[in-house]
Amino acid sequence: MLKEKVIIAERLTKSFGDFIAVDHISFEVEKGEIFGFLGANGAGKTTAMRMLCGLSTPSSGKAFVAGFDLFQEAEKIKKNIGYMSQKFSLYEDLTIRENIQFYGGIYGLSKKQIQDKASYLVEHLHLQHFQNNLVKSLPLGWKQKLAFSVAIVHDPAIVFLDEPTGGVDPVTRREFWELIYDASERGITIFVTTHYMDEAEYCNRVSIMVDGRIEALDTPKELKKTYDSASMDEVFLKLARKAVRGE
Amino acid sequence: MKQFLAFVKKEFFHIWRDKRTLFILLGMPITQIIIFGFALTNEVKNTKMAILDFSKDASSSQLIQKMSISKYFDPTTVLLNYQEVEPLFKKGKVKMVLVIPQHFANDLQHGNQAHVQLICDGSDPNVANTLSTYATAIIKDFQNTLVKEQKLPYRIETDIRMMYNPELKGAYSFVPGVMALILMLTSAMMTSIAIVKEKEMGTMEIILVSPLKPFGVVIAKAVPYMLLSMVNVATILLLSVFVLDVPIRGSLLLLLSEGLLFTITSLALGLLISSITDSQQVAMLISLLGLFLPTTVFSGYMFPIENMPLPLQIISNIVPAKWFYFIVKTIMIKGLGFSYIWKETLILVGMTVVLFGISIKKFKTRLS
Repeated sequence: MLKEKVIIAERLTKSFGDFIAVDHISFEVEKGEIFGFLGANGAGKTTAMRMLCGLSTPSSGKAFVAGFDLFQEAEKIKKNIGYMSQKFSLYEDLTIRENIQFYGGIYGLSKKQIQDKASYLVEHLHLQHFQNNLVKSLPLGWKQKLAFSVAIVHDPAIVFLDEPTGGVDPVTRREFWELIYDASERGITIFVTTHYMDEAEYCNRVSIMVDGRIEALDTPKELKKTYDSASMDEVFLKLARKAVRGE
Repeated sequence: MKQFLAFVKKEFFHIWRDKRTLFILLGMPITQIIIFGFALTNEVKNTKMAILDFSKDASSSQLIQKMSISKYFDPTTVLLNYQEVEPLFKKGKVKMVLVIPQHFANDLQHGNQAHVQLICDGSDPNVANTLSTYATAIIKDFQNTLVKEQKLPYRIETDIRMMYNPELKGAYSFVPGVMALILMLTSAMMTSIAIVKEKEMGTMEIILVSPLKPFGVVIAKAVPYMLLSMVNVATILLLSVFVLDVPIRGSLLLLLSEGLLFTITSLALGLLISSITDSQQVAMLISLLGLFLPTTVFSGYMFPIENMPLPLQIISNIVPAKWFYFIVKTIMIKGLGFSYIWKETLILVGMTVVLFGISIKKFKTRLS
C-alpha cells in the first residue's frame, strides 16, 4: 500500500557562506506519521525545519511539502502547515479564547468554524474555567497543550514542532504526547524535533542528524537493533559522539 | 577590597563590549554641544526683507542703506504698493517688510517726527519678535545719528504689525511643533516597538509561517497606531483652538489630510527602525535619539532653520518633521491652501515611499 508522502526532501542544503549548516539531506515522511527529527545542538535540525516551513530559503536541493513545491508554491504550503515554536507562540496578554480567535482568523477560518473549534478545544483540554483568563496565568504545561492545539486549529496536513516540550516534567510531557497521538490518528502528520530520547521512542520513525547530514533514519526498533543499543539514548550517543561540530 | 575591584573590572568589560551604548555615551556630549551650540541661536542673520518706500527721498534712502549694511537684514525686494505685501508673506519669501510713508524727509525736517512701519511674519513668533526688536534698534540708531548730526530732536516712531499673529502668541509656533513631535512619537516609536516586541516574544515566526503576507502583518500593526495618532491630532487641535486660542484659519480637511500623510511617513520610519533591530530597548533608543531629538531641533519650531550654519540646514531637509511643520503652519496660521504647500507635500510623499521601499527590502532579506 503506497502511502501518501507529505514531505519529500531531495538533497536539501543550506549554507551560510562557507559554513554548510544542512548538507544535502534527503528523506520522505508519510501521511499520518509521527516523524522525529533528532540531532545534537548545532547539527542543523532547526535550520532544516525552518526551510521546510518556508522560514528560510534553501541554498540548493528540492523539497515538496504537503504536495506543493517549496520553491514555486510556498504560499500554498503555508496554508497547509502548522508550527509550534520553542517559545510556545501564544500571546500572554490575550485570553485563551482570543488566542484561538486570532490564529483561526489568520488561517482564514470562518467565524462559525472558530467558535466550534474554540469550544471543542476548551472542552478537550478541560480549560472551561480558564477560557477567559489571560494566557499568562496558565501553568507551563497547559500553555504547551494549548499552543499545540492552536497550531493545528486549521487542521493542517502537517504540523512542525520545534522542541515543544522544553522545561516541563515527564508527566506533562506524556500528556502532551497524548495530544500528538490524537492528531496523528486524525491524519495529521507530525514532524517533531526534540532532545528527549524517550520521546524518540514515541515516534514512528526517527532521523538523526550529525554535522548537517542525516546519519540514521529508521524506526526506533530497527535503530536499536542496528546500533546494538538498549535505548534510543544509547543510539544517539553512539552517533552523536562522531560529531565534529559542537554546540 | 580585591573582591570589589574584581567586580568593578567586570563592569568595565560590560561597558566596553557594548559598543553601541558606548558610542552613545561618549558621542552624545559632543553632538549635543555642537548641535545646540550652533542651532541654539535665536540670532538672525541676513534675513530676507522687503522695502516699501513711498517717499524715495534722501532720508528714506539713508535709512534703507543702514538696514542693508547691517548683517541682520538683506533687503532683497522692492515693493511698489501695499497690495504686494500680503502675497509676499504668503509665499514665505520675506520675513519682514519696512514701510516708509510719503514725505518721510519732510516730516523729519519740519515736524521733527516721522513714522515707519514694520510688518513681520507673525506665524513664527520667536523670529518675528527678534526681527522687530533688531529692526527697531537700527531705526533708533538712525534716529540718534540724525539727532547728533543735526542737533534737532528727531523722533522716528516705529509701528509694528505682526501678520497672522497680531498678539504675537508663542503658541502659534508651538502647536504645529508639538503636533509633529507627538505624531512622530506615537506613530514611529510605538509602531517600531510593537513590531520588535513580536520578534522578541518569538511569535513573529508563527506569523511568518502562516499564510498572512508579511506586508499584511506590518499594516495590521500600523493601523491601530494610525488611528491613535489621528485621535491625538484631533485632541491637539481641539485644545489649541479652545484653550490656547490658536486659530485654524485654513481648511480643516486639508490639515487633517496632511496630518494623515505625516502619520504614514512616521509609520514608515517606525517600520525601518523595527527592521534594523530585534530588541525593544534599542528600538526605543533609536526612536528617541534618531527621531525625537532631530524633530525638536531641526523642525524649525524652536530654532529657526535659516539661522543655522549651512551643514545643519542641509541636514534639516531630511527631517520629515521640518516639512510637516511648514505645512501645518501655512494651513493653520496663514490660512493658505494646497497650492502653497504642494511642494512640501510631495517631498513628504517621496520620503514615505523611499522609507517603505527600504523597509520592505530589508524585511525580505531577513527571511532568506
